[in-house]
Amino acid sequence: MASPEITPDDVAHLARLARIDIPADRLAYYAGQLEVILGSIAKVSEVAGDDVPATSHPQPLTNAFREDEPGQSLTAEQALSGAPSVEDSRFRVPRILDEEA
Amino acid sequence: MTTMNSPALMPYDDVIAQFDPVMGLEVHVELNTKTKMFCGCATEFGAAPNTQVCPVCLGLPGALPALNRKGVEGAIRIGLALNCEIAQWCRFARKNYFYPDMPKNFQTSQYDEPIAFNGWLDVPVETDEGVQVFRVEIERAHMEEDTGKTSHLGGATGRIQGADYSVVDYNRAGIPLIEIVTKPIVGAGKNAPAVARAYVSMLRDLLRALDVSDVRMDQGSLRCDANVSLRASADSPFGTRTETKNVNSLRSIEKAIRYEMQRQAAVLAGGGQVTQETRHWHEDTNLTTSGRSKEEAEDYRYFPEPDLVPIAPSREWVEQLRATLPEPPAARRARLQEQWGVNDTEMDSIINAGAVDLVVATIAAGADHTAARKWWLGELARTANDQGVDLADLAITPADIVDVERLIAAGTINDKLAREVIAGILAGEGTAEQVVARRGLQIVGDDSALLAAIEQAIAEQPDVAEKIRGGKVAAAGAVVGAVMKATRGQADAAKVRALLLAHLGVEDA
Amino acid sequence: MSELITKTAAELASAIASGAVSAVEVAQAHLDRIAEVDGRVHAFLHVDTEGALAAAKAVDSRRAAGERLGALAGVPLGLKDVMCMEGIPTTCGSKMLEGWRPPYDATVTRRLKDAGVVILGKTNMDEFAMGSSTEHSAYGPTRNPWDLERIPGGSGGGSSACLAAYEAPLAIGTDTGGSIRQPAAVTGTVGVKPTYGAVSRYGLIALASSLDQAGPCARNVLDTALLHSVIAGHDPHDSTSLTDAVPDVVAAAGTRDLTGMRIGVVKELGGEGYQAGVRQRFDEAVAALTSLGAEIVEVSCPHFDYALAAYYLILPSECSSNLAKFDGMRYGLRVGDDGESSVEQVMGRTRAAGFGEEVTRRIILGTYALSAGYYDAFYGSAQKIRTLIQRDFNDAFAKVDVLVSPTAPTTAFKLGEKLDDPLAMYLNDIATIPANLAGTPGMSIPIGLAPEDNLPVGLQIMAPARADERMYAVGGALEAALLAQWGAPILSKAVAL
Repeated sequence: MASPEITPDDVAHLARLARIDIPADRLAYYAGQLEVILGSIAKVSEVAGDDVPATSHPQPLTNAFREDEPGQSLTAEQALSGAPSVEDSRFRVPRILDEEA
Repeated sequence: MTTMNSPALMPYDDVIAQFDPVMGLEVHVELNTKTKMFCGCATEFGAAPNTQVCPVCLGLPGALPALNRKGVEGAIRIGLALNCEIAQWCRFARKNYFYPDMPKNFQTSQYDEPIAFNGWLDVPVETDEGVQVFRVEIERAHMEEDTGKTSHLGGATGRIQGADYSVVDYNRAGIPLIEIVTKPIVGAGKNAPAVARAYVSMLRDLLRALDVSDVRMDQGSLRCDANVSLRASADSPFGTRTETKNVNSLRSIEKAIRYEMQRQAAVLAGGGQVTQETRHWHEDTNLTTSGRSKEEAEDYRYFPEPDLVPIAPSREWVEQLRATLPEPPAARRARLQEQWGVNDTEMDSIINAGAVDLVVATIAAGADHTAARKWWLGELARTANDQGVDLADLAITPADIVDVERLIAAGTINDKLAREVIAGILAGEGTAEQVVARRGLQIVGDDSALLAAIEQAIAEQPDVAEKIRGGKVAAAGAVVGAVMKATRGQADAAKVRALLLAHLGVEDA
Repeated sequence: MSELITKTAAELASAIASGAVSAVEVAQAHLDRIAEVDGRVHAFLHVDTEGALAAAKAVDSRRAAGERLGALAGVPLGLKDVMCMEGIPTTCGSKMLEGWRPPYDATVTRRLKDAGVVILGKTNMDEFAMGSSTEHSAYGPTRNPWDLERIPGGSGGGSSACLAAYEAPLAIGTDTGGSIRQPAAVTGTVGVKPTYGAVSRYGLIALASSLDQAGPCARNVLDTALLHSVIAGHDPHDSTSLTDAVPDVVAAAGTRDLTGMRIGVVKELGGEGYQAGVRQRFDEAVAALTSLGAEIVEVSCPHFDYALAAYYLILPSECSSNLAKFDGMRYGLRVGDDGESSVEQVMGRTRAAGFGEEVTRRIILGTYALSAGYYDAFYGSAQKIRTLIQRDFNDAFAKVDVLVSPTAPTTAFKLGEKLDDPLAMYLNDIATIPANLAGTPGMSIPIGLAPEDNLPVGLQIMAPARADERMYAVGGALEAALLAQWGAPILSKAVAL
């Protein structure tokens, strides 16, 4: 694959997907770096043919199961111990604008 | 974001005359495993918030998933029951998107390698032309995990819009879910909403028979999303679809699909275009509203879950699981019909009432099949209908019915009182015995009290008494009726009759 | 300074077991050393004085009660801050987790505690283990005890530096692309990345799940073997954990003769781009291996040339997903929650404030590589290269028992030297990455100082998956031969702090 061009708009889109507020004046900086890095690694698509299977797991293990037996849970106090905001034993989060799931 | 104004709807008959509906149904089933899909936390419904959580299902840094064997077994058994092929080898994948109810901000799910695929379910559907069997083809059944539960606070409505903030309970996060996806359901025509309802109803019965889920739509252990689109005719390409979520009862499935068909038809007939979007069904107002537009849908960036190793179910394991499947629905129907001695029409009405499993369970608990059918199809079916709930969701169990029958057999109550007992049970007044005691429903069994009532009745109807004495035994009904009235139905009619005849010195005919 | 701090872990354990010294004395000597030098080295992010002394005291009590102690009972250790430890701050070198105290122990942490190892504290690292210099720590860099102006390697620079500065005889590292081996090489210490799956990853804050592997770090091969034996073994909490028995690496570390051993020199690792002094010491070490009886064979692994590119697609992809959980909702930093802003805005602000530049860069890169339309060309292709690299290893191990190469292309570079050039920084891992991609084990041992800068050079030994003991055999034999040549451990040549 030819080395792709990365624009500041691309970075803005990716940053939104990744939920990182990159300031507008830094988008071009990241775009430049991303382009350089991608330029050096784009060659991966030229190496392996269709006959080469992809490896997702370094060891060829299968069927690692746990029995359906209760394990140790945390107490609500432990679960909430690191939370930035708590209300009635629940994690309090800012308002959700988007409706999903 | 949500538009609450009611859109135009086309009359249903016109929709059918002008369009051909296509549906796709996605059903999410929460498995009834003791522990979550990827950790040992309990799965009890209604536990105190954030008490069934651990580093894994809270998505704490460093925690790793460990797959519940029972969850995989449930998925395979569901797949087999839906006549699916079971994958020789498959993986989990991560579905990446940010949402506060999802602790890791990705859902561990399956993507292009579902554990079960290519199946079907034959569904009997009640139509104007009688019961027709409709084959719903199954695209896939895959494993995933449930999310936490979010409550929206501070706003006026308790809905997401207008809320000031939300609170999250992660007890539900990580409970095993099986998502069952149909292939596009075509050819249902005007029966489309009924087919959808019958499919989910049948699926629910099947899952209950498999004992893999509580299948309580009211508690969210069975949830349905309905994709609906319209096209000009059966040979036209598929139209743009909407996905209606939040359809939480069988009735709603039928209504929501019918509604979407009418709404989309009105849009199309008005020269507009259907927007590809998620819509939400509102149980209270019986309409759907627009949610997120699918055009700005997230890019989920699926990739194979590196923290879980692939699943390669051996064929021996699959066959062992196949051997645990309940009887296929058609075979079961034939068997039950024979055992109960009912004809096709009677059996259809039992099935349509959603009463098969309840009748079976009631018989298993000790009732005879005539009595079991009588209660579930009579009194209880009427009550369910009046309350707008499913028969299975009534607050009465097969064991309660057996108790009631036992009291009738013992002569403690009669048929009429039994109805009151059942009403008491439904009202939450306790067991059959408790209702009888609390409401004072015992048959009046004291002969002297009955005799007094009989003498009173004879005194009031001397002419009738004369006729009976004269051999017209059939006239006894009038006196018996008067006695029953006087005792407010708490007497045993047969006994009253016997006492009356004895009192008048007449032999029963 | 107390002479206790220059002892090996094996020596300390036996002195404690015999009662010649108490575990509390040993812990105190190391805590004193930390107090003395860590202001300059900055190997530790958190020192758990109270916990360490309590753990040491418990070991002494068990000994007094006549209990048989484990092989490393009472020996102090620096735990990389990527590993969860109940109740002890665990930051992963990031502002995102500042102040977070895990409610649970990582499996490695639990095994160390069970073995009576005394955990002194949490060692510094590049933020979320992304880097080769420890300069990307949000809490300031760790310095190389050989030269405080130079980097101690990364991401586990705190673990390597604490060994080289005699602040601890043992440390735990994690290695995703070389983060145990490269720091070991540039600090003159020993570091081992076991076979993927040999050591549980449960409680290890993931960078790239399919590449991460925790391992032992020490100042000599035997000590790493002892530590390996404590932390390795199947863990049902980690589905990718191997069920095999742990190989007898301690016995293997005692090997002194390599007769019959076939050792492959990887043609692709060691030519252009490698510092002259690194190559010189490497050639000498290979000669030493020959003297020990080994047969040296040159082997070619042609796809290693693509390892770096594949790595810089797989790692960012997995890390973009692994790090999504850091959103300020359940733990850690939350920024900009003013009561008006949406959850999406608060997450965006939190992640912008909590992540450093290198982390942001890799998350964006990974988000890109996994995106619809690019997945096949990037992530998919990289996973295929992984297959080709595994095949290269298989072909090579059909001919030889182990492979060797320089661990890193250069000796320790100066702080700041490569900070603005991510690509140059990434090249540090060029020789170590293939083993992570293939899931095979690798070890780095010191083989001398580069003549041009008098800084340590490391030799990497790579073995087939599940044959970790072979590295220990070769490493143990070579270490003993070099020690005999040098007359004293390499760290004795370091400038005293």
